[in-house]
This record gives sequence, structure tokens and C-alpha cells, in this order.
Amino acid sequence: MNFNSQLLMELVNTYGPAGNERLIREYIIGQIKDYVDEIHTDELGNLIARKKGNGKKIMIAAHMDQIGLMVTHIDDKGFLRFTNVGGISPYITLSQQVQFENGTIGIISAEPIDNIAKLKLSNMFIDIGANSKEEAEEKISIGDICVYRSQYNENDNVVFTGSLDDRIGCYVAIETIKQIKEPTNDLYFVFTVQEEVGLRGAKTSAYRIDPDIGIAIDVTGSGDTPKAKTFAVGLNKGTAIKVKDNSIITHPKLRQIMIDVAEKNDIPYQLEVLEYGGTDSGAIHLTKSGVPTGAISIPTRYIHSTVEMVSKSDVQNSIKLLTKVLELQFDF
Amino acid sequence: MLLKRLTEAAGVSGNEKEVRDIIIEEIKDHVDELIVDRLGNVIAYKKGKEDSKKLMITAHMDEVGLMITDIDNEGLLKFTTVGGIDKRILVSKPVLIGKNKILGVIGAKPIHLQKREEWQRALNIDQLYIDIGAKNKEEAERLVNIGDYVSFDSQYIEFGDDLIKAKALDNRVGCSLLIELIKETKDIGFYGVFTVMEEIGLVGAGPAAYRVDPDISIILEGTLCYELPNMDEHLVPTSLNKGPAISIMDRTTLYDREFRDRIKKIAEKNNIPYQYRKTSMGGNDSGRIHTTKEGSITTAISVPCRNIHSPTSVMSKKDYKNTYNLLIAILSEYKKGEL
Repeated sequence: MNFNSQLLMELVNTYGPAGNERLIREYIIGQIKDYVDEIHTDELGNLIARKKGNGKKIMIAAHMDQIGLMVTHIDDKGFLRFTNVGGISPYITLSQQVQFENGTIGIISAEPIDNIAKLKLSNMFIDIGANSKEEAEEKISIGDICVYRSQYNENDNVVFTGSLDDRIGCYVAIETIKQIKEPTNDLYFVFTVQEEVGLRGAKTSAYRIDPDIGIAIDVTGSGDTPKAKTFAVGLNKGTAIKVKDNSIITHPKLRQIMIDVAEKNDIPYQLEVLEYGGTDSGAIHLTKSGVPTGAISIPTRYIHSTVEMVSKSDVQNSIKLLTKVLELQFDF
Repeated sequence: MLLKRLTEAAGVSGNEKEVRDIIIEEIKDHVDELIVDRLGNVIAYKKGKEDSKKLMITAHMDEVGLMITDIDNEGLLKFTTVGGIDKRILVSKPVLIGKNKILGVIGAKPIHLQKREEWQRALNIDQLYIDIGAKNKEEAERLVNIGDYVSFDSQYIEFGDDLIKAKALDNRVGCSLLIELIKETKDIGFYGVFTVMEEIGLVGAGPAAYRVDPDISIILEGTLCYELPNMDEHLVPTSLNKGPAISIMDRTTLYDREFRDRIKKIAEKNNIPYQYRKTSMGGNDSGRIHTTKEGSITTAISVPCRNIHSPTSVMSKKDYKNTYNLLIAILSEYKKGEL
């Protein structure tokens, strides 16, 4: 299994902020349609792809939305004001290029401020190079969402680009779909919407599927950069099996099964105890009468920036672990 | 007058009965089904000629207020807040306590006795008390109980250029609009739902949506309005007299873009002024509704209210009328199967 750079590059470069996932959904459908038995898009826009099998109903969730900026105001000169969609840092946002769904490109700057600590999204603006309000309104409407533009780069060890949160999870899910020929279990791969604003798509799609087991595939942080906060997860140390984050304590039996599978198949892994953040697994495990749920995480540096970084070997090991876990016969 | 009756009724979250009774009395002869669910939500259904999509229109009945937590030896009452209340607005306000609407006033240390540094910041809730004029603890206990709800005592008054001052415009304005829609429309099938406990975390809306299981929902609200001279235009969330405010995003919902564009086109086609709610702060029942069961499409349409969550909220009758007209226009498109 080679690293599919082309797929990952296209995934991270396809527009799809929370609440407006149409383009990324269409792209993913194109990638998986020949490998699955059923495809459904629900009311909120979740993409649900089923690979039929006779075993347990397993929901595998990777969120396809990305963080973005929503236009709230267009001023008399054609500058755009905005609010955040998901976790956006004003410092990272300053001087970025952004792109809208229709391809319009803008750059982000701020009103003059005497102290950079006072930088807030409310004193920043997007300049799309329009000469007037009217010209801006021809391209952009209030409520439109733009995303950071970034360049895809990789070397032998790592990939660094924007939107790896969570297009790398989508990548793992897509590659796993391609790996599995004869599913042991009844697999529902869900590319969820609106994770970044509160796990909303996972909630409704899990209700529809009513799975026996849930597995989220998402990024997690890393504690291996200079003076980083203590966190025993780092790049190139293997796939991460989640123990907890702020949304879930993963199901102990399912977690142990993941660990056993990794040990048995010599898949490098690390255990993830995250003290902040949440994943779709948080919404899935509270669905209906409760769902045993775990998560496979891809250790990632510089999350929610335009230079997020993952290790290629960690990504490959995540695919291996997920594929092996889905082949098991479960008794719960 | 309906909005006067609704705003002068007490209905702090969890204690919506007075408001609910008015609503039921108003709508009962105009709906085909009417239930009060186990949490206290009013769920009414009007039959239509065709129901291709299940439409639900909601407004929450409850308002922010206070609750009595303790009665001290002098007969003064301590209290806590129910819902989002700015403690700076509380001092010196008249209030009504409990079922018997015992009059009280919120007291605090006089300015003469406050230290200089106390002037610099708002008094904390624990430095305030409610005085019901009782001589001592025993007398106070005969009039009020711990756990009693407290609502602001504020009359509905019309003033200025078609403006209204009242308490609880958030969200009796939504209730009033929904009651009027239920009474005035014919042959249009929809669920009219009046929810409980929105102000303490969208509590009633989830179970109501679970029962109704709508395809599309319209959430009616009174929303924040704040406009000062020399304020940066992009920081003004909504303005008075610019028409109904259509939500784009808040802390609970990213509103469906296609549905929002559809509403906007309906407004434009009918020459009804509208504005966008230009802030992502706050939230409403949509947050629960659109993520219930398999998920559904929502929009939120609000009447701008200055001084929201205070005894002296202010709204414009023109905005009310335009919001009503927009809703009627939306329902007529829905009737044609074009929503």
C-alpha cells in the first residue's frame, strides 16, 4: 500500500467548511462510489457509504468539514467582515489567503492596532480586491464561508498542509474502504458534517444508522515540539488509540481489542489521553441506548493552521489498524 | 391586546403555565390537534390540503428571571438568576414573586456607603436582596417560599414612533406571531410549537422536535438589537425598523444556506424589508431541533429587541408587521409546495 499523495492533496485542496460541505462530499463520492454498496446523503449533508456484511453494524466516522470564516458584513468600500466557523485563532488568520466556494480569493488584514495582543477577529477584515461594495456583492453574499488557502507539501517523512483536520481522517477511511474486499461486518463509513462546530453531523447520522459499534477517525495533537505541553503522543510513533478526550472515555473493551490487534499485527501504536478537544465519537457513543465507541487518531502538529503536519507512517499504520479491526468478529 | 397580555404574564423558565394558558385559550378553536407534552411544551397541529413536507414553527414561551434561594432573619430575600441576566440591570427594579405575585424591590447598599472601589464594578448578586416589606423572617415566610420564581414587574407601554416597551419580548413576540399565524391561516398544514425552558439551555425544543419529527422548521424569536452612534457598522447585530432578522449562524446552528436564500427571495419578491442577524453569538431552539433524530432544516427569523433580557426591552411594531408579512408569504409558498 503506497502513500496516495494525489488523493490526500486533492482532499485537502477541496473546499468544504462546516455547513457547506457540498464540494468535498461530491469529491469523496467520486473516490468511493465503485467500492461501496450504497451511498446516501442525509438532511444535514452527511455522506453515508455502506459496505454490506453479515456481522455487526459498525459506524466509522471521519468528518469532512473544515474550519472557516463566515462573512457577516460588506462595507461601503467592499471590505468584508467575518466571524469564525469553528476554532479560528486571530494570530494564525492574520495575513492568510482565503478562498470562497466560487473561487474568489481574498487576503486577511487588520485595522491598525498598537498592541498585537489586542488582535481580534472583529477588528480584522477580508480584502477581495473589489473596488466598491457593489462589485464585492457581485461575488460574495453575507453568510458565505471562506477557508484558508494553503500549499500541499511532503517529504519522505511527513505531509504539511492545511485541512489535515480531518481530511487525513477522510483519507484513512477512503483507503480502508478500498482495502476491504469482503467485509466481515456491516460497515457504514460516514463522512460527517459540522464536526468543527460541535459534532452535529455525527449525532444525526448515528441516530439514522443506530450502530452496534462506533469508531471515529480524527486528528489529535502532539507533545513532541519544543517546550510543548506534556502529552505522550508524537509524530512517527504509530497510530494513536484514543483513551479519552473531552467528549468521550472510549469503550474499554473496544479499546483493548484495538490494542490487541495492533500488538498481534506489529502495528506501531500509542495511547492517547487528550485533556481537551472532542471528536465525533463523543456524539456517537450517546446515541439512542448508547454505542460502544472508540477512536483512532492521527497525531498532528499545528492543528487549525495552514501548516498542519502528520507523519506518513502514522497514517499508513492507522489504515492498517482500522482495516484489521473491521475484519474482526465482535461479540458486543 | 395580545402582546400586552403575553408580556405581562409571568413565565420564567420552568414556570410557563400562565403563558401557556393564554396561548391555549387563543389557539384552541383554530387547531385540529392540541397537546401539552410532559415537559409542558404546547404542540398544536393545523391540517392542510397537502403536506409534502412536515413544517414546524416554534416560539419559546419562557423568559429570563430570578428564583428565591433564601430568606434572611430580617425577612429579606436572597435570589439566583434563571437564564442569562446581566447583574448590572437588577438594582432598584420592582419584581413579582411566586404565584401570588408578591411585590418586591431589589435593594442594595446605598451609594453613600459604598467604598470608592465598589463604584467601579457592578454589585454581585450576593450583595443584592429583594425587599417585600416584611417585618421579619416569619412574615416573609408566610408570603413567599424558597424556590419561588421571580419575574420583572414591567408594564407593556407603546411609545415614540411605533415602539413598544415591555419585559419578556424575548420571546412573547415570537409567541404572539405564532398565535396570529395559527388563527389567521387556512388550509396550510403545520405544527405550531410553543416550547419551555429555552433560556436555560434549549430544554423543551429537543423533546418537542423528537415528537413532531419535522422536515423543516422556522424558529421565531426576539433577538438582540444594539446600535449606538459611532458604532462600527459590522458590530451592529440587528437594527430597529429594518425588518425581520434572518439568522446566518449562531452558537447552536449553521443555518441551511439554501433555505436561507429561499426566505430572502420570498422577502424580496414581496417587497418586505429584511436584515441579517450579523453576529454568531447567542443561540436558540434551532440548535436542538436541527440535530434531533436524523436531522432537519431550520431557519430562525427574529424581531429585533433592544435591551433584551431586561424589564425594559424595546421593539418596533413596524418590524413586527414586516415579520408577520414575511411569515405569511413563506406559508403561501409552502402551500404551493414551493418552499
